[in-house]
Amino acid sequence: MTMELLVASAIAVLTAAGVYLVLRGRTFPVVLGLAFLSYAINLFLFAMGRLVINRPPIYDKAAEAYTDPLPQALVLTAIVIAFGMTAFVVVLALRTFLETGTDQVDGREDGEVQP
Amino acid sequence: MNPAISWLVVAAVILPTVLGSISLLALRHRLALSRLVSIGSCAALVVIAAALTVHASGGATESYALGNWRAPFGIALVLDRLSALMLLLTAVLALAVMIYAVVTGVDRKGWHFHPLFQFQLLGLNGAFLTGDLFNLFVFFEVFLIASYGLLLHGQGAGRLKAGVNYVVINLVGSTLFLVGVGLLYGVTGTLNMADMAMRVAAAPPGDQGLIAAGGLVLTVVFALKAALVPLHFWLPGAYAATTAAVAALFAIMTKVGVYAIIRTGTLIFGEDAGALAFLTGPWILPAALVTTVVGFLGLFAARTLREMAAWSVIGSTGVLLSAVSVFRVEAMGPALYYVLHSTLAAAALFLVVDLIAKRRSEHGDALTVAPRFQQSELLSGLFFLAAIGIVGLPPLSGFIGKLLILDGVRAAPEAAWIWATILITTLIGVLAFARAGSRIFWQSASVEGAIPVRALRGRRGGVVVAAGLLATLAALTVMGGPVTAYTEATATQLFSPQQYIDAVLGETAGGRR
Repeated sequence: MTMELLVASAIAVLTAAGVYLVLRGRTFPVVLGLAFLSYAINLFLFAMGRLVINRPPIYDKAAEAYTDPLPQALVLTAIVIAFGMTAFVVVLALRTFLETGTDQVDGREDGEVQP
Repeated sequence: MNPAISWLVVAAVILPTVLGSISLLALRHRLALSRLVSIGSCAALVVIAAALTVHASGGATESYALGNWRAPFGIALVLDRLSALMLLLTAVLALAVMIYAVVTGVDRKGWHFHPLFQFQLLGLNGAFLTGDLFNLFVFFEVFLIASYGLLLHGQGAGRLKAGVNYVVINLVGSTLFLVGVGLLYGVTGTLNMADMAMRVAAAPPGDQGLIAAGGLVLTVVFALKAALVPLHFWLPGAYAATTAAVAALFAIMTKVGVYAIIRTGTLIFGEDAGALAFLTGPWILPAALVTTVVGFLGLFAARTLREMAAWSVIGSTGVLLSAVSVFRVEAMGPALYYVLHSTLAAAALFLVVDLIAKRRSEHGDALTVAPRFQQSELLSGLFFLAAIGIVGLPPLSGFIGKLLILDGVRAAPEAAWIWATILITTLIGVLAFARAGSRIFWQSASVEGAIPVRALRGRRGGVVVAAGLLATLAALTVMGGPVTAYTEATATQLFSPQQYIDAVLGETAGGRR
């Protein structure tokens, strides 16, 4: 029971932090928020195979029961994609900052009105 | 399955992968050769998709087990009438856009246009063919990642700004996609859509809440891709900021969202799903009606022709999803006909607008009065055709599409709402395009002087491609009989998902139900 509670609240906290940061106005917090969201999702996907301990995911002679290997494969795929995308967003945000001179997500400085 | 057909199914995914990689690794500095490879690939995909469509029109559903791992354990590519039709639409659009990009020299404006274009096609074709929910996510990521590159192609501050918004919102969408997939996997224990359909149909009442939550989270993601209100804010900025050729290709991107809504809505949450049958419909319909209104009203808010084209994409997606969301077989056929029409019409409009903008030099595509520009008579004709295509006036296929949709939803309880929305928004669209056209062409005609003629790359070629896309709309009208017969058969096939399930899981699975 404690493990479920711990994992569930970890996912909740990560998601909350991610959503809050993604809604910020500057690109750096947004990138961090995306990273937090992807951590939350990785844990979530992992938990979708049910939480079990001390069981192998693939064939083992001594094993009596197995844990679900599929979510682990899914998490690996999700990690790879999220990692690549985070790197891409960082570069894109940096480039946008250099070109537009502001790190606001909408490309406008505080208080600047749309022409 | 006939081995030739299975080769073709895989080729639709493999061909762009291989040619894209070659183009990226070996042809970086050989523009002429990479253009040849790209056009060759697009032309080959048209032939492949046409052959697959002819095969699928016989009514068979074909399943190809990748690596010969049997479904539901392996990933299956599934070819039915809907996926064949979407492949053909993608291939025709891609060929036209690629030729346009080459003749107008868009592909010179930055690196890697050709490889990115091929990877985009890989992702799109894969998404239309796959029978596995997680694989659908992966193909979504593939075409999204390619689309990030294409969107930023040519760069510039405005494009980067729109790019950041587009990338961030799609990344949030991807995480939501995983939540939906995870929920459905956690409850049903499978990712294969055919298998999931059976498990959902057999789910105990206690699990139905979680399944419904998973299905609705997925629908939010698909609605984001389809730019359904209130998830449409990213589209006008992104489509108006990118190059015209890329925007024209992106006309198919909103349709991927629509495709995924149709596929999951009729297969996983089909008639057999009991209490969960068509659970997304009541959520999508109001959003689709608002989308139609917002999209066509947005035409008046637009300050440039390009923004108008972007808003019209939103409006036509709204029309399309209002027909889809009633989930009736007699409305689905017309909706699929409208998918073909609205994609090609939107792409044609983006290209025509680009032709106009280039010739108006510093006036661009802004909705302002400016002196005459070269070829203005010819382009006013093309703009007129594209506009009546997109708003749905006769004689082009938009009119037939909307008429069939109105007829198809007649029996639905919400018919009055859909009729009123479509008819009124069509009028709004006519007014908005008439206003834009009269300002750009008629009021400008009385201005003294002329914009000096510039040496434009692809001066004739670009016009020919745009006219060619408009000709496909005319062809859709002329061939209305056979095309609607095909889309109606597609709708019938979609609403009897047992055939799909049997094709993927083998005949034995049918008895388990």
